[in-house]
Amino acid sequence: MKKIIFGLLLSGLLFILISGILEMPALGSLDNQSYNEVTHYYIENSIKDTNAPNMVSAIMTDYRFFDTLGETIVLFTAITVVISVRIIGVGKSHYLKGD
Amino acid sequence: MDLIKSLLDHINYVGSVTLFVIGLYTVLTHSNLLKKVIGINIMETSIFLFFVSIGYISGGKTPIIYPGTEDVYYVNPLPSTLILTGIVVALSITVYSLSLIMRLYKEYGTLDMDKIMEIRSETQDE
Amino acid sequence: MDDLIVKVISKIIIPFMQVFGIFVILHGHLSPGGGFAGGAILGASLILLTLAFGLNDAKKKMPHSMSKLVETGSILLIISLGLFSILNGYNFLTNGASGFNLGKTGEIISAGFIPIATLAIGLKVGSTLITLFHTIIEED
Repeated sequence: MKKIIFGLLLSGLLFILISGILEMPALGSLDNQSYNEVTHYYIENSIKDTNAPNMVSAIMTDYRFFDTLGETIVLFTAITVVISVRIIGVGKSHYLKGD
Repeated sequence: MDLIKSLLDHINYVGSVTLFVIGLYTVLTHSNLLKKVIGINIMETSIFLFFVSIGYISGGKTPIIYPGTEDVYYVNPLPSTLILTGIVVALSITVYSLSLIMRLYKEYGTLDMDKIMEIRSETQDE
Repeated sequence: MDDLIVKVISKIIIPFMQVFGIFVILHGHLSPGGGFAGGAILGASLILLTLAFGLNDAKKKMPHSMSKLVETGSILLIISLGLFSILNGYNFLTNGASGFNLGKTGEIISAGFIPIATLAIGLKVGSTLITLFHTIIEED
């Protein structure tokens, strides 16, 4: 009973999302929204500023290195969180009865 | 028809939206905690697919510049770079929720969401 | 697990996986790949070692004291590269305009501090994956 109601609601959501997506430009056309002057600057001047042929690596570790540094800190925080949940504060459980 | 041709032109966006709705159905319907974590992972994968496939140019080459080629069209390298950070954030969220599920199992003895609510409501009535 | 086929095959395959991971990290600015993909390959080879041979043997290969040094040393290396640019008078984390020599296109040692940064990121991702796996799978 619960599954049928959720199935109908989510089909309605799927219909609304698809009718919104058909307005976007087609796959692989040149008048994309994301093919603007920032990308043209990166493609033309990437060899002159840094001598690296791989454009994705040059963008990630030279033009936008600050975001990569922030993401390294996210990895460090993930390890700290997992160790602190597992080890600190382990005792007897309040809800289980017996032994 | 006109509608089918339009759906086939936007096939990557349609696939991404379908995966999102499938993940949302998985989170809402099952009562086991591990299946909800899997549903959240499916939703995150659909968003990555939506974002990376925006930058595709038909007839474009890989964005690696070899010396001595005349100007051709390159595939857009910018959305792929921004998604690498998102993938690492998704990994951190999955690891954190799995370690919380392990602590919940030690406290309550079961992994079923309805039974955990029953146990908590019994001890709060006293 | 105590399976004979898995132990024999993984003794053959694990060195090749590690060489491939180091290759992808070192050629990060010349061919597709980079820091995160190479680090994931290195971490996956150590996870295969843990699954095939048990937790006690794998803890002797990668103890907690070594992964502590790799984790904190990587972030301190990146921050010290950024402070090196401030000492020369430019912005934080500047590559070409502040004195790192760029070299010739297409060689391994070229393009400023990009190989050093890629190496730090790759080692950090590999160490993170293996530390998380050892912490979650341990039972007391």
